[in-house]
Amino acid sequence: MKQLSDRIVAKLQAEMQVPDLAGTRYSVVRHLARGGMGSVWLADDMVLNRRVALKVLDLVAPADDLGALLLREARILAGLEHPGIVPVHDAGTLADGRTFYCMKYVEGQTLAQHIAGKNLSEKLRLLERIAEPLDFAHARGFIHRDLKPENVMIGAFGEVLVMDWGLAKVAATGRKPTEDGISMVVPDPQNSSRVTGQGSVLGTPGYMSPEQEHGGNEVDHRTDIFSLGALLAFMLTGSSEEAPAATRAVPRPLRAICEKAMATDPNARYQSAREMAADTVRYLSGEPVLAYPEGWFERVGRIYARHRTAIVLVGAYLLMRVFFILFARR
Amino acid sequence: MNKVVLGLILGAILGAVDGMSAWFTPEVRTQIVGIVIGSTFKGIIAGILIGVFARKVRSLALGIVFGLGVGLLLAFIVAQMQHGFYFQIMLPGGMVGLIVGYATQRYGRGPQPQRP
Repeated sequence: MKQLSDRIVAKLQAEMQVPDLAGTRYSVVRHLARGGMGSVWLADDMVLNRRVALKVLDLVAPADDLGALLLREARILAGLEHPGIVPVHDAGTLADGRTFYCMKYVEGQTLAQHIAGKNLSEKLRLLERIAEPLDFAHARGFIHRDLKPENVMIGAFGEVLVMDWGLAKVAATGRKPTEDGISMVVPDPQNSSRVTGQGSVLGTPGYMSPEQEHGGNEVDHRTDIFSLGALLAFMLTGSSEEAPAATRAVPRPLRAICEKAMATDPNARYQSAREMAADTVRYLSGEPVLAYPEGWFERVGRIYARHRTAIVLVGAYLLMRVFFILFARR
Repeated sequence: MNKVVLGLILGAILGAVDGMSAWFTPEVRTQIVGIVIGSTFKGIIAGILIGVFARKVRSLALGIVFGLGVGLLLAFIVAQMQHGFYFQIMLPGGMVGLIVGYATQRYGRGPQPQRP
């Protein structure tokens, strides 16, 4: 009997969470995901006849503060028009008083799902594409502060999108500082430390930079560089916690890239996401990586690997010449 | 570097090396200068043709086949003029063409897309 009543209560709670979309152009299709301050719902836009994603504040949350926060996230996203950042279509308040915003529905996989079975070069190309919107946001003075595999989506057409800018902050040194940082506590059901504000902790363990972990207010865009390094480590080893240096399967230059990006001192890190992506592209092209001073043997090995066919062809030609000189004179 | 220029330089160098190898054949050593000049010229012609092809067609396989074909054809003409030594002339000639064909496809700057 108790089991039955628990089930009924759970069902009722779930029903209560369904947003009341009366009076809007949207109708709920199904629940997609739960985030720190609300849920994401798949909905139909009945005017334009298309699928959209609605991020709606939790009913149980103190709506005023979180509502402003959600609206702020929507405004940040709307200000960041980039193919690698999910576009916002609409924002407002529902009949039940909950704040919501409507964004493009991305049908695809999270980074963790997508990289399964991918080879090294595909993973590095992905990192390059993750770095693009990040660099774009940094150039406009925004810091993501919660970059992790769950917040990177790969769409059906291969588009790479950096999601969940709910914890984004306007950098003090940004080009367009328009707002203050987040100034309240946001509970997260999945990640233990997703707390914002001066002197508090914000982010996800394993992907959070030391300065962010200490809760200082002096974090700048280089905290995202740390997270990008952790993301690369995750793609290479399957875990952001496992130091790539300890994994012999990861090539040394890539280990060095991770280590540089994840340096404790922000000044020792790459100073931009673009700079880090360029180093991974250098590795892919067989060029020397800035983060890794290679030895002579490694340099010769790299040059041989890069021009293997040409070297083999010229070698074969010279061997043939020697053969002719010794055995097959005209 | 431009693919045509790359083909030209590579063809000239490999052609010259090809010609200089004749020094190891005592019977023709006296004609070494003429052989080197002729061989270099042949390499330049092959390099330019292969380089122009690489500018037009972006395919490693086709570039190699075209290079091999041009190298063999020019070497065949030279062998015809020499009345023999087909194997000794055509094999290196073909290889030079193949190397230049590969190099012009793999390296060298292709034509830049025109701006509207």
